[in-house]
Amino acid sequence: MRDEIQALARSLLGSLRDLTPIILVVGIFQVVVFQQPLPRLGDLLLGTGLVLLGLSFFVHGLELGLFPLGEALAFNFAVRGNLWWLLVFAFSLGFGTTVAEPALIAIAAEAAEAAAQAEIIADEPAALAGYASALRYTVAVSVGTALVLGVYRIVRGWSIHWFIVAGYLLVVLMTAWAPPSIIGIAYDSGGVTTSTITVPLVTALGVGLANSLEGRNPMVEGFGLIAFASLTPMLFVMAFGIVVH
Amino acid sequence: MGELFLDLGNTLLSTLWDVLPIALILAVFQFVVLRRPVPDPARILWGFVFVLLGLVLFLEGLELALFPLGRTMAAQLCDPVFLGGSADEAAGALHWSAYRWVYVFGAAIGFSTTVAEPALIAVSLKAEEVSGGAIDAFGLRIAVAIGVALGIALGTWRIVTGHPLHWFIISGYVVVVIQTLFAPRLIVPLAYDSGGVTTSTVTVPMVTALGLGLASNIPGRDPLLDGFGLIAFASLFPMMTVMAYAQLSEWFSATRSN
Repeated sequence: MRDEIQALARSLLGSLRDLTPIILVVGIFQVVVFQQPLPRLGDLLLGTGLVLLGLSFFVHGLELGLFPLGEALAFNFAVRGNLWWLLVFAFSLGFGTTVAEPALIAIAAEAAEAAAQAEIIADEPAALAGYASALRYTVAVSVGTALVLGVYRIVRGWSIHWFIVAGYLLVVLMTAWAPPSIIGIAYDSGGVTTSTITVPLVTALGVGLANSLEGRNPMVEGFGLIAFASLTPMLFVMAFGIVVH
Repeated sequence: MGELFLDLGNTLLSTLWDVLPIALILAVFQFVVLRRPVPDPARILWGFVFVLLGLVLFLEGLELALFPLGRTMAAQLCDPVFLGGSADEAAGALHWSAYRWVYVFGAAIGFSTTVAEPALIAVSLKAEEVSGGAIDAFGLRIAVAIGVALGIALGTWRIVTGHPLHWFIISGYVVVVIQTLFAPRLIVPLAYDSGGVTTSTVTVPMVTALGLGLASNIPGRDPLLDGFGLIAFASLFPMMTVMAYAQLSEWFSATRSN
């Protein structure tokens, strides 16, 4: 029980450290530059408290359950050597972790609101929720695909440079094709996917693989998977835009 | 207060759907494919309860605090009275330099959140260790933070002027490719990685709300066309500044030894 409380306090401190710079910068701007009080200060304080508490619980829960289980599984599948199961597992891991990624949930909801304002979808709760989930599932499928490609590349020992260069060429080509209204969301979604849940589990998969294959460097292989996972969302979301917008 | 609990209940239901896939996937692979019992089931169950609760509180707090904060700041920064003109002379007449506080705010948010980012601190200490002290951990953190600050400031300038996003990002990639050819080998994977680690779960919603708020407050800008892209800028620029930092420190140590 005491360990539990200590661990929770540690993640609370971590979340506080994430939030402090934002609070400081906003506070300084209000006092020095605008010289006026923030509207609805009570709600802001309550919300900041919820963000702090929520993020701490979330990280603490990940460390208790998801990370040990996921890391053990990722390691097991990487070492077992059955390529098909490994690829199926890689896809599922990428898909499942991305769907639950908090930053992606947030940005998808914002994107749905912006799309409703631009009259691409109807401005009603069902249409908004539908657009937001469709966007999130698109990104989740793209991260799953990235891990399948990335794992296959590691097993074959192909050089990563060509994939990254080809990927960025594809991004440039698709930018010419995609409707302008999706491009901002697509570019942003590349940076969003690699955050709280996905990175540790994907790194575990990369490290497990590198350990089971001779002469591979765990740092390099784990990194390669993340690089793939920030590239494919741009491509898939632009394809999503071609279909929906 | 009652409204808050109703909201929390709704968010709990939708969040259950978000966490369900990863729970199911891990369970199926554990029991059906590997056919092994879980080492400490009670602990893992507690973990999922915490993840669920945490996600609900976090999302609710976003709606109450971070999103409105980003929008309010954007509205205040674009207020014609604040920008120096009178209220009636608004709409479209302002030069981009009138929005200078927007760029200062963007750079300040980018720099401060990045310097304090735990993932970055861990990565830079590791880099100092691996390089045998050739890369300075503090210098690396500052290089990444300057990159994010430059990225967000330039990103807000793009929103103010309305230039198309893809020209910035594509030319950014070209610069990164050229730098990759000349940068010290050791720093390249680290530089690429630093783009991803800077955008934390708290920074992303705040910065997104800021961009959307700017695009809806500045006359002639469209939220969907102009509001997004700040995250892309914030992930691109650290790659450049980290490689530039490595090149500079290599050059300095070369001139010193001569």
